[in-house]
Amino acid sequence: MPMLKISNLHVNVDDKAILNGIDLSIDAGEVHAIMGPNGSGKSTLSYVLAGRDGYTVTDGTIQFQGKDLLALEPEERACEGMFLAFQYPVEIPGVPSGTFLKTAVNAIRKYRGEKQYDAMEFLTLVKEKQAELGISPAMMRRALNVGFSGGEKKRNEVLQMALLEPRLAILDETDSGLDIDALKTVAEGVNKMRSPHRAMIVITHYQRLLEYIAPDRVHVLSQGKIAHSGGMELVETLESDGYAGLGIESVQAE
Amino acid sequence: MTSQTESARAIEEATDGTYKYGFVTDIEAGSAPPGLNEDTVRFISAKKNEPEWLLEWRLRAFRLWEKSQDTEPGWAKVKYPDIDFQAACYYSAPKSREDAPQSLDEVDPELLKTYEKLGIPLREQEMLAGVAIDAVFDSVSVATTFKDKLGELGIIFCPISEAVQEHPELVKKYLGSVVPYSDNYYATLNSAVFTDGSFVYVPKGVRCPMELSTYFRINAANTGQFERTLIIADAGSYVSYLEGCTAPMRDENQLHAAVVELVVFDDAEIKYSTVQNWYPGDADGVGGIYNFVTKRGACRGKDSKISWTQVETGSAVTWKYPSCILQGDGSVGEFYSIAITNNMQQADTGTKMIHIGKNTKSRIVAKGIAAGRSDSTYRGLVRVQPGAEGARNHTQCDSLLIGPECGAHTVPYIESRNPSARLEHEATTSKISEDQLFYCRQRGIGEEDAVALIVNGFCREVLQELPMEFAVEAQKLVAISLEGSVG
Repeated sequence: MPMLKISNLHVNVDDKAILNGIDLSIDAGEVHAIMGPNGSGKSTLSYVLAGRDGYTVTDGTIQFQGKDLLALEPEERACEGMFLAFQYPVEIPGVPSGTFLKTAVNAIRKYRGEKQYDAMEFLTLVKEKQAELGISPAMMRRALNVGFSGGEKKRNEVLQMALLEPRLAILDETDSGLDIDALKTVAEGVNKMRSPHRAMIVITHYQRLLEYIAPDRVHVLSQGKIAHSGGMELVETLESDGYAGLGIESVQAE
Repeated sequence: MTSQTESARAIEEATDGTYKYGFVTDIEAGSAPPGLNEDTVRFISAKKNEPEWLLEWRLRAFRLWEKSQDTEPGWAKVKYPDIDFQAACYYSAPKSREDAPQSLDEVDPELLKTYEKLGIPLREQEMLAGVAIDAVFDSVSVATTFKDKLGELGIIFCPISEAVQEHPELVKKYLGSVVPYSDNYYATLNSAVFTDGSFVYVPKGVRCPMELSTYFRINAANTGQFERTLIIADAGSYVSYLEGCTAPMRDENQLHAAVVELVVFDDAEIKYSTVQNWYPGDADGVGGIYNFVTKRGACRGKDSKISWTQVETGSAVTWKYPSCILQGDGSVGEFYSIAITNNMQQADTGTKMIHIGKNTKSRIVAKGIAAGRSDSTYRGLVRVQPGAEGARNHTQCDSLLIGPECGAHTVPYIESRNPSARLEHEATTSKISEDQLFYCRQRGIGEEDAVALIVNGFCREVLQELPMEFAVEAQKLVAISLEGSVG
């Protein structure tokens, strides 16, 4: 049984059809990349998976580890092992990153019937993960994402992913706006997370990140549908000939 | 309550002793008939065996109150039905054991659920809910334990009714010296009929080694209605005083009109922290407490300091402006406030900073959180008198709205009569965004916990001012106060 099975997914936003019949199946251990021009529905797909309000599923089903994903609240999906690394991580003034993360980790552990970490245990764990990812410990004391640079925000997303140990991680344009060093940090973080028990969806515009990550499958979205699926060769075609090379019209996002 | 665990142990030890102190034992059972007239005032004074000068003071207050029936303040942004002062009872004998619940089984389960969430031990739950328990689980006997320790340092901490008997010279000198009986309608009423409250005196150069808390002193059921507190910090001394309780407090008296006076001399400091969680009424606002409080401190000495910190979550109507008169040169006034309103609650709260001495400084940080159909108003005055060379004030007012039906208002008054003054005012209004909520939920944090997390972040600057363990409880309280405000 695949970890995630999306069948004939149709989604409206403000009564406008954005996804028009997505079929996608991902097994544990696989990394899938999703590319596509602006407005093709990439971010919509990630939000629908995570359960954001305002996205109406008009047809189709999503099975996640055998459960009807669409019947779950966003926090239940998170607790079941779904993680979304945000394209634009939000700021929460006054809440230290460490407090936020500990609350999240313990909420998920509680859901899974695991013992909650106390402050010391959590600190030890965070230090370990930070060292692995080369992230400054000072970040934990700063208010979540407030005054963080673009790179710091994305590294923080990767740190959260490492601590929450999801079954399915979705990275929504995590590479956008990153310099080459930050990009490497993010890619290394992602590669460290690869495991036979974990699946990933990497949404991106660029070849560069995929060169570091080397996905198992690549899908190209166009007008709310998967227009092409293949391997890394698809990325190379895109890089040399653009979307036009695949016969896809590039639509500017409004 | 977690913060008082250690003290709770002291309480248990103390409860073996016999009940020696406090006014309850001094008086025969008996209540004043409902209504307010000179006889009521004389009755209260007699019950407390007060000296003639105090009765006279009460009577002067009463006569003024009677004459000023049309001066009940109407300027606050709060609405409530007319209060029938003649229908209320101003002195009631303590409830008999038979009338009280006999065990927690007889107590409102909703109340118990809240105690549970706050992590209050069973014994303390019984006390808070007014269960008739065998041991005299009573703050007065606890105060005795503390009193020995404090006594060695010359610190006086006792019910004000006891101070009237034991230290009349101090009470006479300072009572009404910061909030005169003629100050305002509710202060006048309080002066006429106050039932009890705390008295603290810290002698010269003494740093009080523990947080003083009224929690240990709340005795008779009717203390809370017209409470009167007087704290004096002599030159070079320091005291931190905690008032109130995070646990929801019920009271059959709807009107509360307390007065708190602080007096601080050279280089001394009083830190006064309040957590107010009186019953706010049901979801439609029925039955909640009206809380009309006058709190004021006088920084009389040079380089003296008063710091007010308040977390206001309860009451149907809150009307409260803890203020500082910065008289001594170089004196400092601070006001840190969190006011949370939910359902139909109304809060009109803020501060007054009156700069009189040279180089006086004040800082105001007010955080208002409104949810449900509630209304939260910050109302503050910063006044610089002509002689206050080099006065400085920084005011920051932030409002957070939860849901579309609540209101937040900021009403700052600034009066500067000295050109060297530097006054700054910042104000923001924000909402909890869908983006923030979704982000938290995507990380596994449920909606209500997410709101609590975001609101606690919003309040952080103020929560940091609370004594640490009080702050932990206050954070839980913030979460509980906002339950049901989203979704």
